[in-house]
Amino acid sequence: MFNETLIPKLGVIIDVRQDTPDIKTFRVVSPEGKKLFEHRPGQCAMLSIPGVGEAMFSITSSPTNTEYMEFSIKKCGCVTTWLHQAEVGQNVTVRGPSGNPFPVDDVFAGKDLLFVAGGVGLAPLRSVINYCRHYRDRYGKIDIVYGSRSKDDLLDYQEIINEWATDSGVNVHLTIDREQEGWDGHVGFVPNYVKELGFDTNKIAVLCGPPIMIKFTLEGLRSLGFEKTQVYTTLELRMKCGVGKCGRCNVGSKYVCKDGPVFRFDELDELPNEY
Amino acid sequence: MRKISLSNLDGLFAKIAEKSKLYIPVDDNKGFAAFKLWAEGVKMSNALNTVRSAKDFFFPQMENLMEFKTEGKNIEIIDIREEKEDFVVFGVRACDVKSFEILDRVFLSEPVDSYYASRREKGVIVSLACGKPAETCFCSAFGIDPATPAGDITAWKTETDLYLKANTEKGEKLLSQVEGLTEDCDDKAVEEQKKAITEIVKKLPLQNLPLDKFGKGKTKEYFDSPEWDELSSHCLGCGTCTFVCPTCQCYDVKDFNTGREVKRFRCWDSCMYSDFTLMAHGNSRVSQKERFRQRFMHKLVYYPDNNDGLFSCVGCGRCLSKCPISMNIVKVMKTLGGKENV
Repeated sequence: MFNETLIPKLGVIIDVRQDTPDIKTFRVVSPEGKKLFEHRPGQCAMLSIPGVGEAMFSITSSPTNTEYMEFSIKKCGCVTTWLHQAEVGQNVTVRGPSGNPFPVDDVFAGKDLLFVAGGVGLAPLRSVINYCRHYRDRYGKIDIVYGSRSKDDLLDYQEIINEWATDSGVNVHLTIDREQEGWDGHVGFVPNYVKELGFDTNKIAVLCGPPIMIKFTLEGLRSLGFEKTQVYTTLELRMKCGVGKCGRCNVGSKYVCKDGPVFRFDELDELPNEY
Repeated sequence: MRKISLSNLDGLFAKIAEKSKLYIPVDDNKGFAAFKLWAEGVKMSNALNTVRSAKDFFFPQMENLMEFKTEGKNIEIIDIREEKEDFVVFGVRACDVKSFEILDRVFLSEPVDSYYASRREKGVIVSLACGKPAETCFCSAFGIDPATPAGDITAWKTETDLYLKANTEKGEKLLSQVEGLTEDCDDKAVEEQKKAITEIVKKLPLQNLPLDKFGKGKTKEYFDSPEWDELSSHCLGCGTCTFVCPTCQCYDVKDFNTGREVKRFRCWDSCMYSDFTLMAHGNSRVSQKERFRQRFMHKLVYYPDNNDGLFSCVGCGRCLSKCPISMNIVKVMKTLGGKENV
């Protein structure tokens, strides 16, 4: 009998971290305590609770993590609400990895990198950021612009200020939408902040966040002189199979689960505007 | 070429059914044909085609994929797949036989869908030439010859006899199983029938569709066509076209809790339904226009893009006869492909 990609592996939640009021990060391993499978930065996996449903999530931990995988999940639907009630020790099913990763080993190599994220959009980027931090000497300067509604909505805040911001050659620029007590950092929307910071164009940019943030950040980068071939993003659409067969996550001829989720903006220009 | 007298058709079916399940088109009491399990006394339909396509044999409307037992925080995953039985489908028309190739490219491409593959491996297709193609038929527009359908065995039915010719190893095996009932013959009668069918096909109204206007790389040309508004304006979103379509293969995966275990099953889904692409944060295809456009762009452009130009339509005409508002792929092709053809 063939191996069947629809049949998942068993996973165990060994840690739950309340990151923001509506985002939790789940650490998952096999029942033997090992990492379930290898992945590349930007790839996704299907998590499921039998009887509730199965859904696609980006793997937020870096492939360089040899012990476990992490998923940062915002509570917004059926499966995610159930997961938010889950405790340590809860079994889940996991299958993947799905999709194409960021071209970290060829296109990104040797380049300066700019990561721009909004809200839970940091989840897929954290995998790439930590991969690039792990292999620090393979990449140039790294800039990270990250914004959220409020200080409390910043995902991975402790990791950002304790680890990312203290790395040499890594600049972290945080912003929140509105003034907040106890926040003396930047206030304002991500696209405006990116323009204010005014990056030189000799780099690769990676965007992930709400569609409106992506739209205006791309416009901002274009006004700074970035070409669409330098800018990457990830898409998400409804998925069931994760292997390009169930027929629902296509944008034109491309299936997000199989041909994405990572796309370059000039590639997206070739696709119909239906995402 | 082998032949058997139609008067001994039951004998042929009985012989095949000795070794494997045999399905043939059978009329129900309203005269609608459907593939049914053959048993003694079951008579073959004379209808041109079954209401539902033959895709059910390999991609059933509903099938269980796996089971889970859950207790407290624990989950057990149970692989319920088992070896499938051999089966024979008799009387599949040329259009439906072609649809298997289209489905194969989806389900048998990496990663192979083992549920589909195991049925495909066990099924033997006996196709049947269309003696009298109907006005809704346009398979020949897609290069399909209703006079010589593919399949493991091709069959031709004349007034008196059934002619059989094996095309594959599986077909040879089945023919040798029924060798004692059939006799060697020349292909004169078959050639005559082929010629007659070709003559009928030439006169059918839908043979000249502007296919050259569609295919690979045409997304930009048609995606924003203003015609989609009018074409989709009456679509009820009922999904009938997708269910009767032999090449529609979109599916949903759902869980059902029986109380003892959770069954994860797959069932046909339809891009015509609003919740097909609905996510917690919104819907990428907001109105029926986007859903309607997806279905036809998939058949005429997206699928060809990913499959060497092959169209995902076989011209069976089921959507023409079953759509409650009489919208169909022919109208879409004629409207988008050039007004002069309407």
